[in-house]
Amino acid sequence: MTTPKLIAKDVSKVFWIEGEDKPVHALDHVSLSVGDGEFVCIVGPSGCGKTTFLNIAAGLLKHDGGSMEIAGNLSNGPGRDRAVVFQQARLLPWRTTFGNVRYGMELHRRFDEAQMDERTQRFIDLVGLNGAERRHPGELSGGMQQRVNLARALAVDPEILLMDEPFAALDAQTREFMQAELLRIWRETRKTVMFVTHQIDEAVFLADRVVVFGTKPGRFKAEFKVDFPRPRTLSLKRDPRFLALMDDIWGLIEEEAQRAGLLHAYETEARP
Amino acid sequence: MTVQSLQAEPAAVAAQPVLVRPTKSFYKRNDSFMVGAASVIVFTAVWEALWAAGFINELFFSGPSAIFARLYSGLFTRGDMLEHVWFSAQNFLSGFLIATALGIPLGILLGWYRAPRLVLDPFITAFYSTPRIVFVPLIIMWFGLGLGSKVVIVFMSAFFPILLNVMAGVRTTDDQLLGAGRAFCATQWDLFRTIVLPSSVPFIIVGLRQGLAHGLIGVVVGEFFAGSSGIGYLIGEAANSFKTDLLFACVFIVAGVGIGVSALLQQIEQHFQRWRPANN
Repeated sequence: MTTPKLIAKDVSKVFWIEGEDKPVHALDHVSLSVGDGEFVCIVGPSGCGKTTFLNIAAGLLKHDGGSMEIAGNLSNGPGRDRAVVFQQARLLPWRTTFGNVRYGMELHRRFDEAQMDERTQRFIDLVGLNGAERRHPGELSGGMQQRVNLARALAVDPEILLMDEPFAALDAQTREFMQAELLRIWRETRKTVMFVTHQIDEAVFLADRVVVFGTKPGRFKAEFKVDFPRPRTLSLKRDPRFLALMDDIWGLIEEEAQRAGLLHAYETEARP
Repeated sequence: MTVQSLQAEPAAVAAQPVLVRPTKSFYKRNDSFMVGAASVIVFTAVWEALWAAGFINELFFSGPSAIFARLYSGLFTRGDMLEHVWFSAQNFLSGFLIATALGIPLGILLGWYRAPRLVLDPFITAFYSTPRIVFVPLIIMWFGLGLGSKVVIVFMSAFFPILLNVMAGVRTTDDQLLGAGRAFCATQWDLFRTIVLPSSVPFIIVGLRQGLAHGLIGVVVGEFFAGSSGIGYLIGEAANSFKTDLLFACVFIVAGVGIGVSALLQQIEQHFQRWRPANN
């Protein structure tokens, strides 16, 4: 493994809420690195700052302390070295699938017209949208919209792919299929991925490494190496070792949720 | 027990699904136009019957055949309405085009940039909330009785609806899309060109349609007040001399222009909105 694609050192972020005297510590000295070609998932209870962390990495939010390095350069705003897959697909409703996949490249201005057309078609095929090139987002299902979202990000050829709960808004079945699809696509493109989710099974299924964030303040809590062999299939989710790992991670998140008051203590006999 | 046994005999179901796109009848495809047209025809027929039967006093009202005859002679055989129509058309077109040419760019500018909006907002709100008609005497005082004052009145009437709608369109641009654009390193110009402008199109069209309606009011009102030509002047004259056929002929010309330009704008809007899934 060569140099990491993302190096965060002591990244901190505070938000001021209207009418409150003290700031909310969304992120408190978070340090994390994502290696070249690695697939890292960040999980944590709501309010742990995982999406804030991703937005800082994307350059969409400014951090108040520490440093964020992407592909060897200090990040100070969005860059052509990364691409974001959003939770909501955020497609231009007046553009077709083809136009939307091409859009990211048009803004990056790295490829000429012919290359853009060729790459657009290549990534549409890769995400399995062949035949839907001329449809508008309103004529696509939620899962298909997320495929466009993913193709748009991959087509710009980023050093690192930042994925913000991209399957959270999909129905349970589609979500499972999209996870398997994402692994297939990842195997073919070998991109570095930082993937934020609140679904533990999703994180364990996809990742090489799962990072758990704690909440109030949002911070690094623990990390788990996931060494299930690849290629993985959805049946892995029923493997006892998979379930055991999920249990470990869930234990930590439950602990955080209780500490933060998101979950109140169980009855005394259930827990010492 | 098998699952199949729960199912009734499926023999009645066609062996092959039908793979032909279902077609709608001519009526179903054009029902709004056909019902609308029939409604207008019936209304006109009843009106004409009442008129022909002598139930309508021509001092106060008129009938379709008389109005049409007056319209025909005024525009074609006698041509006495032509100079008035031409005068009003000049007023309206100049005022409306100036309002469009200034309203759209200024609306975009004020929608996109906060500082100039804060500076101009009190004036825009004041002008928009005040009925423009109160300025008419002042404008006539400043610009005289001729073409100049009428153009200014139309401009004043049409400008603010256009400006405010365009501003609203720009300001309501989806933040999620702007965020996506920024994440892909879009410049301000990119954001404007690829997101703000396309998503503002419906607002721009609504602004133009409202500006059109207000502009038509402006042209008629301006000619009511002063001067000796134009459709507005002719309406006033016709009313003063109880020429109801002429009066209604003028009303129909104004209405016709309003409907025509409005339909044209709707066509333009539909051209830009082809991507929107059809719904009625």
